[in-house]
Amino acid sequence: MSERFFPEFNWHAVFVQPWTEYANSTFWIVLMGFLVSGTCGLVGCFVILRRMALVGDAISHSLLPGITLAFLLTNSRATLPMMIGAVAAGVVTVALIEAIRYSSRIKPDAAIGIVFSSLFAVGVVLISAFADTVDLDAECVLYGELIFVNLADIATIGGVAIGPEPVVRMAVIALIAVALLLIFFKEMLVTSFDSGLAASLGINPTRYQYGLTLFLSIVIVSSFESVGVVLVIAMIIFPGATALLLTDRLPSALWLSTLFSAIYALAGFHLATWLNASIAGAMTVVAGGVFAVVWAAAPNRGLIAHALRKRGMNRPELEPIAPDA
Amino acid sequence: METPNEMRAAKSPPPLEVHDLTVAYTKRPVLYGIDLEVPKGSIVGVVGPNGAGKSTLIKAIMGLLPVASGWTKVFGQPFNQAVTRVGYVPQRESVDWDFPVNAMDVVLMGRYGRLGPFKRPSKADKEIATACLEKVKMLPYANRQISNLSGGQQQRVFLARALAQESDLYLMDEPFVGVDATTEAAIIEILRELQAQGKTLIVVHHDLTTAPEYFDRILLLNMRVVAFGKTEDVFTFENLQQAYGGRLSILSEVALERARKRAEGDTPENVGQ
Repeated sequence: MSERFFPEFNWHAVFVQPWTEYANSTFWIVLMGFLVSGTCGLVGCFVILRRMALVGDAISHSLLPGITLAFLLTNSRATLPMMIGAVAAGVVTVALIEAIRYSSRIKPDAAIGIVFSSLFAVGVVLISAFADTVDLDAECVLYGELIFVNLADIATIGGVAIGPEPVVRMAVIALIAVALLLIFFKEMLVTSFDSGLAASLGINPTRYQYGLTLFLSIVIVSSFESVGVVLVIAMIIFPGATALLLTDRLPSALWLSTLFSAIYALAGFHLATWLNASIAGAMTVVAGGVFAVVWAAAPNRGLIAHALRKRGMNRPELEPIAPDA
Repeated sequence: METPNEMRAAKSPPPLEVHDLTVAYTKRPVLYGIDLEVPKGSIVGVVGPNGAGKSTLIKAIMGLLPVASGWTKVFGQPFNQAVTRVGYVPQRESVDWDFPVNAMDVVLMGRYGRLGPFKRPSKADKEIATACLEKVKMLPYANRQISNLSGGQQQRVFLARALAQESDLYLMDEPFVGVDATTEAAIIEILRELQAQGKTLIVVHHDLTTAPEYFDRILLLNMRVVAFGKTEDVFTFENLQQAYGGRLSILSEVALERARKRAEGDTPENVGQ
């Protein structure tokens, strides 16, 4: 017992110190975590409802060759070329998946596996082959880390400092996500629920499908330096999946997913502080824990409610389906 | 043989016109050289064996599928210029019923085509949706998540949504599948009401025993148009045999029996009562 498995839990060090001594960096890191998982969560609700979760995973992996190529071509780590490279990779991924699906007998899940693993491998080869010239850390791209988010460069508007540049950039993406959601809510709702009806109403489902894919790529590339391309899929799926266990309406699912994102960011930060561990990893562990609790204990559809109902101990709150009047 | 009413209707463009329509999935044609002109105010039953291309025809009319040749027109216009004049009832299994929407949300979707971009359903749209739910006797379930509805109730929600579209031409894909007798009667009552208002209805239907009662025109389809016209002219033993080939089941035999009886003197009017 010379070494403890877990570090000692020190209330002061885990909860007080971060918000006093290091309040400034804590605030920006937690806010960044929230902006990342909140934006991923909003987009994720639709990704889940459209059964595109695997496509999201594929896009996140194919970003690796996208940003590597962008770097090799421009020889800079500027945001714009990276963004263009990543979005292009996302579009190529989706186009390839669709092409394989429609022109062969390969089923969609296999098509996704083929496309994203081969694109990802191209990225791995490029990074390792040009390791001397590419100033990209594969570890960092894969796993990301909120603690390394650059808080030193302060973005200013008209000379007024607003906040660290990466956080401001993510906030802009988050605001765009909210704006798009408000503008296109009904189109996204109807194309996700019933694409045939949407088309018959003159709302082109393909256009919104590609729009969502495009925006998903943008969100993923904005998020990867914080949470990495591996864990970004967790931020896309967990908030929406957990919320959808609790509610029957899309708007409340969107609100709940935002609430869960805030919980992940805050609890994940403190968990990481306690264990001296990766914040992105801790956020995902929290997300998994919250999901497990909701899955078990959700009022109507949870495992416990289900088991009780089976035993007849707890009548469901909904009255049974009425016979057709 | 056309009534004066139909003669007058012929002057304005027909609700649906299909010319030489061919649709193919990969290489295999599913619909081949379809020619149709549906007169205003008719209820057309689209009948044919499995894989005859019934749903494909509906989807092709709405431009949901790539067309190999030919064209379709709705009220004399390409479909995408007449979207608000067409209401659609998809097959019930085409959607995910666990989707986080309630019955009212689904019916409101029927208004989206009229709203245009950037606009949300107004109070007036909600009133129309409420009236449509009332009409199909689903208002008490307006706030129910849709998986908590029976099959018949779900179908009535779909019908209410089509009513909310306030269209002139309705395309319905198997609205009677998996519904209880009460719902079936309720749906057919609403279809007749729509017809009385001068709307045109095209209904994919698989039950040969009820087809001659429900529809005043029948389109017998099996990749090609086997026959199209007034029910009493089309619903004959020869035509059905041609459409179904050797695939007539016992149930269809019953239908044929009826068809034969009708041929012997029963008019469709007193059969329908």
